[in-house]
Amino acid sequence: MGDFASEWAIEVEDLTVAYADDPVLWDVDVKVPRAKKMAIVGPNGAGKSTLIKAILGLVPAVAGEVRVFGQALRRPRGEIAYVPQRASLAWDFPTDVEDFVTMGTYGQLGWWRRPGPAQREAARRALIQVGMQDLLTRPIAELSGGQQQRILLARALVQEAPILILDEPFQGVDAPTERAIVGVLNQLAAAGKTVLAVHHDLQTVAEYFDWVALLNVRLINAGQVARVFNEENLRVTFGGRVGVLAERPAAARV
Amino acid sequence: MSADLAIVAVAVVTALAAALPGAVLVLRRLALVSDAISHAILPGIVLAFFVTRDLNSPWLLLAAAATGLLTVVLIETVSRSGLVGEDAAIGLVFSALFSLGVILVSKGAAGVHLDTDAVLLGQLALVPFDELVVGGVNLGPRALWSMGIILLVNGAVVVFSYKELKLAIVDSGQAKLLGLSPTFVHYAAMALVSVTAVGAFQAVGSILVVALMVAPPATAYLVARRFSAMLWASAGFAVTASLAGVAVAFAADVSIAGAMATAAGVQFVGVFLLTPRGGLLAQMRRRQRQRLEFAARMLVVHLAHHEGRPEAEVENRPEALHRHLKWSSHFVQRVVRHASVQGLARNAGGLLELTEVGRHLAHQLIAEGPPRPRR
Amino acid sequence: MSVLDLLSDHTLQVVAVGAGVLGLVNGALGSFAVLRRQSLLGDALSHAALPGIVVAYLLTGSKAPLVLMGGAAVAGWLGILAVGAVARRSRVPFDAGLGMVLSVFFGFGLVLLTVLQKRPDAAHAGLKTFLFGQAAALLKGDVLTMAVLGVVALAVLAAAWKELKLLACDAQFGASLGLAMGRAEALLQVLLVVAIVLGLQTVGVVLMAAMLVAPGVAARQWTGRLGTMVVLAGVLGAAGGMAGAVVSSVVAGLPTGPAVVLILSGAVGISMVVAPQRGLLWGWLRRYRTRRAPRLNPVLMHLYALSRQHPDEPEHGHRVGVLRTMSPRETDVTAALEGLARRGLAQQVGEELWAPTWLGRREAEKALQREEDSHVS
Repeated sequence: MGDFASEWAIEVEDLTVAYADDPVLWDVDVKVPRAKKMAIVGPNGAGKSTLIKAILGLVPAVAGEVRVFGQALRRPRGEIAYVPQRASLAWDFPTDVEDFVTMGTYGQLGWWRRPGPAQREAARRALIQVGMQDLLTRPIAELSGGQQQRILLARALVQEAPILILDEPFQGVDAPTERAIVGVLNQLAAAGKTVLAVHHDLQTVAEYFDWVALLNVRLINAGQVARVFNEENLRVTFGGRVGVLAERPAAARV
Repeated sequence: MSADLAIVAVAVVTALAAALPGAVLVLRRLALVSDAISHAILPGIVLAFFVTRDLNSPWLLLAAAATGLLTVVLIETVSRSGLVGEDAAIGLVFSALFSLGVILVSKGAAGVHLDTDAVLLGQLALVPFDELVVGGVNLGPRALWSMGIILLVNGAVVVFSYKELKLAIVDSGQAKLLGLSPTFVHYAAMALVSVTAVGAFQAVGSILVVALMVAPPATAYLVARRFSAMLWASAGFAVTASLAGVAVAFAADVSIAGAMATAAGVQFVGVFLLTPRGGLLAQMRRRQRQRLEFAARMLVVHLAHHEGRPEAEVENRPEALHRHLKWSSHFVQRVVRHASVQGLARNAGGLLELTEVGRHLAHQLIAEGPPRPRR
Repeated sequence: MSVLDLLSDHTLQVVAVGAGVLGLVNGALGSFAVLRRQSLLGDALSHAALPGIVVAYLLTGSKAPLVLMGGAAVAGWLGILAVGAVARRSRVPFDAGLGMVLSVFFGFGLVLLTVLQKRPDAAHAGLKTFLFGQAAALLKGDVLTMAVLGVVALAVLAAAWKELKLLACDAQFGASLGLAMGRAEALLQVLLVVAIVLGLQTVGVVLMAAMLVAPGVAARQWTGRLGTMVVLAGVLGAAGGMAGAVVSSVVAGLPTGPAVVLILSGAVGISMVVAPQRGLLWGWLRRYRTRRAPRLNPVLMHLYALSRQHPDEPEHGHRVGVLRTMSPRETDVTAALEGLARRGLAQQVGEELWAPTWLGRREAEKALQREEDSHVS
């Protein structure tokens, strides 16, 4: 019933999260529409990563509720695939590209069961999607930043989840990788999947995303990019630190 | 000087001498370097002993200090190779050097009173029987002299380069701007740690050097907020821990060094529990209070959100809070009571209403973002 | 005693088997401590075990390995919890908390040992060997206990392999998959406690952490795969343990722990220098060669510049003709490319098509960096 109960993929209601008594998210309400690409935008320390971790159930909420396809989320169940920040990993881990991506299937296997040929096949398909099929046996310690980001994406794609959540997927990657990732996100949205991403570059929000949530500890505004992504909302979000949007790219980057 | 008094004096002086460089190590997140150095100096001491054949030779001190510096350099080299994590580099380098020392002791130095027991336990109980005699005049326990000199040196360094140490700890970039080489300060501090470790090593053994260098400063870290306060508190806790340790050791006739380490640990736990600012008990009490205050603020914001809208009839009821804010019904009761005591909201027959004060607070909160809990 | 006598010596066989078992278990499980950067937690754990051993003996009056291991495990576990509590609940940083727990627990253990020494019975004599270890004291029953515990620990490791792998690689991602990473972490800690406790009598509390970590560090240099690393670490640990135990049993007065640790440290040092790919020696050689090569090969630099146009496809082939137009007329581009290929810096990917290897790209990047540095200074 869940799939028909709601037009929203994710509904966040009255969400408050605190680390050691300091609220990092305060009474946030956001709805993420199905089959759309939505960006979360805000200054450093705005709680962007915390919001997606709370949606994933990785950090406990002080109050509020997260619903996925209309159903309350208690712990991750495989509806959401997650692409963490590239810098959060220790890339010296001894494994190769194919094996790394295969780890995305471990959730479907559950405890004790081993990955087999079917899982490795799925990993290879995901690697083709991100253009990394030629580097299956390359140790992950030897990858460039862009290649690291691609296999992180592949590891999430392999889960074939209806929702994909990404934390800063374009941080420090080369231009071709950025284009490739955007291409994958567009395909996913076209195939009816929902994409939610923390995004840093204000210049590309309108080009890459359909919807946007402006966040600075509390929600400033959320909705279609054309409707809410304007200078006034940005000024409130960034506390006046944003210059004129389109004309001065250097100032707009936070 | 009576034997007992000599032991007490050496214990206190050793603990004090160790606490000063220890404070710098704890602040610079280098506490485990004390562990590494105190173990790794062993082969230096043994090799110097083989050459000089004299346990009291100052060359032992120098050799050990050099080995200590070598250890630090070796750890940094290994971890900078990128092949080994820093934690493993520390653990492996000092274990290897220490093993070498233990083997040298057990194979070569047998017969001299440098045995593996002494390495671990120290010989505080033997301190009174090794006295310094110069020109026929008995000057008292030799260890008191050597540790006293080390304490003086450490104290002098702390007093005369207080500013530089503080800068190097707080902000090495700033220190560099002022013409202070962080590398120099780093290695000078490491040399001081090495010398202190050697001196203390003979009294309390290698592992308990770590206790004396880390536990009193860590205890001080719980209560002190400034560098000077940290140094004074470290010294104070060093004195109390060593006195308590020696007293227990005398009363129960157990290892003096072990008792000092135990006392330092017990002291930490006591301060950790009871310290009024940031102590565990204070933390729990404050968290309880803040949770309630925090919840009351969320309550007014929630009420203000729905006030005057059609859904208020449903949303602004205790049952809705229970469901919506994930509060237990017991907690909802406590929050509502807290809010009405504070004059923020009132319960009008099952429907919660904001007071003027509460509404004002809510609008303020919504406009300004979250409340910062008081620290 | 000749070598043959040694090999047929029954006591020695028991000792060697025991040390081999604990080396195997420690090497395999220790690999995870290495990857999680928790080497020093093992140090705290093993030191903290000392008071547990003495208390277990004081309470039961028994020196049966299971009793002492049980005491050690409880105290070691408490030590880990104490480190965690200090790090999470107080302002004191993790490293200081660790150093404090390690030394204070150990000091308390020494106090208890001196209590024990005052007792009239001489039965406690064996407890002191727990400091530096004494493999020669191992009995057949001890080895059997160790083997059973070790096999159980390795079986659990195999069964929970993919959870522990996720934990070591990316725990947060593992949690997002719905796998209970908290439970996996607790499981790993229990396994590490078992591994360390197994070796306390043989290697001693002081050096046990090195026994846990060294095989994993050495193995990591030789392989880029977790499974291979764990197996290799187990083999190295077993070999080092056996060698150390045998040497210390034959040479009078040589404690086992330091012997084992020196042997394993040697293995780490050798691995860091000569292991293929990662070894420092190859890095030095490459640097020496590139320094001798005048300013690094211009053809490689051109090839690298071309490959930068296809960053997502580093193995994209580039025409020899293009390279020829980029080089001065007298350059023999083909010979230069073949020279690069011999040094592993370039590869032919098709007819007249060449691409830099991963190594070649790295060399080129380094050369550019050197250029930049020399301009700055």
